Amino acid sequence: MGTENRIWHVMSHVCLILLSLLSIIPFILLFISSITAESEILSNGYRFWPNEFSLDAYRYLLSNIQVIARAYGITILITAVGTTVSLLITVMLGYGISKTEMPGSRILSFLVFFTLLFNGGLVPTYIIYTQYLGIKNTLWALLVPSLLMNGFNVFLASNFFRTTIPQGVLESARIDGAGEFRAFFRIVLPLSLPILATIGLFNGIAYWNDWNNGLIYLSDPKLYSIQNLLNQMMQNIEAIKTASTAYGANASAMKLPGETVRMAIAVIGVVPILIMYPFFQKYFVKGIVIGAVKG
Amino acid sequence: MDTKQTVPAIPDTGRKQSHSLWKRMKPYWPIYLMMVPGLIYLLINNYLPMSGLIIAFKKIDYAKGIWGSPWFGLENFKFLFRTSDAYIITRNTLLYNGAFIILTLVCSVAVAIMLNEIRNRFMSRLYQSVILLPYLISMVIVAYLAFAFLGMEQGFFNNTLLPALGLEPIDWYLEAKYWPYILTFVHLWKNIGFTCIIYLASIIGIDPEYYEAATLDGASKWQQIRKITLPLITPTIIVLTLLSIGRIFYADFGLFYQVPMNSGMLYDTTNVIDTYVFRGLLQLGDIAKSSAAGFYQSIVGFILVLLANGIVRKINRENALF
Repeated sequence: MGTENRIWHVMSHVCLILLSLLSIIPFILLFISSITAESEILSNGYRFWPNEFSLDAYRYLLSNIQVIARAYGITILITAVGTTVSLLITVMLGYGISKTEMPGSRILSFLVFFTLLFNGGLVPTYIIYTQYLGIKNTLWALLVPSLLMNGFNVFLASNFFRTTIPQGVLESARIDGAGEFRAFFRIVLPLSLPILATIGLFNGIAYWNDWNNGLIYLSDPKLYSIQNLLNQMMQNIEAIKTASTAYGANASAMKLPGETVRMAIAVIGVVPILIMYPFFQKYFVKGIVIGAVKG
Repeated sequence: MDTKQTVPAIPDTGRKQSHSLWKRMKPYWPIYLMMVPGLIYLLINNYLPMSGLIIAFKKIDYAKGIWGSPWFGLENFKFLFRTSDAYIITRNTLLYNGAFIILTLVCSVAVAIMLNEIRNRFMSRLYQSVILLPYLISMVIVAYLAFAFLGMEQGFFNNTLLPALGLEPIDWYLEAKYWPYILTFVHLWKNIGFTCIIYLASIIGIDPEYYEAATLDGASKWQQIRKITLPLITPTIIVLTLLSIGRIFYADFGLFYQVPMNSGMLYDTTNVIDTYVFRGLLQLGDIAKSSAAGFYQSIVGFILVLLANGIVRKINRENALF
């Protein structure tokens, strides 16, 4: 028995170590490539053990710092505003739905629920947001479509309120003369921090990582978030490449260390998440489980 | 309860009922008010686009909008189904999602069982965090990571790995036949960490007494996994699987758009309904086929969600969405 258990134990460790390596190796290649000399990459490609290092790519990006800083500024702004507004309207709607004794709560709850089953898809959504609401090439494009609220989170919040907030607390608040608003913001929300953290965290990550809205609704580079910039740089460096091969190698392609810059910009895009990850990891894992319980 | 008591007693129910409904609603006005922003958002973001699905039956004229454009019968659908596009995107969407569902299930359950073997809490946490990491990054970053390996001139595979194995370099972004494997791998790489946490939570919830009794009876680890762990997490497996089957008509747009870098040569194995609709609408200006494909996806997708949920409901009412 003992040896058998030990074999299982060791095997599990071995498999998990391999899996962990598999998960981080791409990031290592990305990082090392970004600090490799351009000439080295042109002759030997992206490698884990280059012969020659260089920070040219980061120097190049530093010379374009205003572009990157602007994109980060927009990402931070959109993430902060989006997460806050999203959290607020999600819990307010969820709170209403949790009041099953309230007239109309079943109909309203169904209206939220139906959005989980059926959706109009990209074409009508695009036409409504661009033709009727005019959000193309505005910051609203990064904030509003699809990300601001989803029915799933509304139900997550509503279930939490229904199962966790003791009715007695609300009753006594009412007896003390606290209005519904006061009761909600002063009593219910402070008791709901776990679910607020979960929904806020998931929304925050969704906003931070979103490139989809920018791809669909933005053509103005001034409004690009960091993800849109990354997306664009991938295509632009491609474009320079194809152009330079089409015209025969020209000098402008040499100016920018394209192959390393590509990796450096990706590193810059991923570093904030990696730095923040240890801090929110615990809540994130909990959130996954909470979401799955009623999922 | 109030209405049920008052209604039978009073003959002119209409007026009285609405009156009493109003009376019952009145104390809740702050709550209705709080719900307004969310409901407006659902109207704009969900319900207007739903009604806009009729665009698939119209000849779109941007100036006249969705509701003003002239009717076009089934022409858009004829355009779509006359080409082989409809078949290819349906096939790809279903096959990829089918493979993803099965492989994610098998790998995540295996990883969850292994994580459960790790008694050292610190190590278990560490493994979990590292395996979950890919789930946290955007598909754009994933595309960069994939490019570092697959890039035709500079990629790690063509420069280092394949020569070391004595193989010729491969034009990864031009050869469609490799992409079913690449995309499946990337999907698993990105998502296993997430799903295995759900299964792990389910395994941790199993009463340890089962295992203690089994050990006393001399059951081997493998027998314990097969006879205790797997049967007891089967409800979770069924629910998660059926829910993903309900979503089988929706592809992960980022995976299929970003990771192959939108390479036209790869469409045969990378084009799914979502990328097709996107390209038709925003890159090719082929809104007729795009709107028809979108409609097709919404309706079939809806039916599948209902079916999947119906089955979940039959198995375990608690876990059904509705």
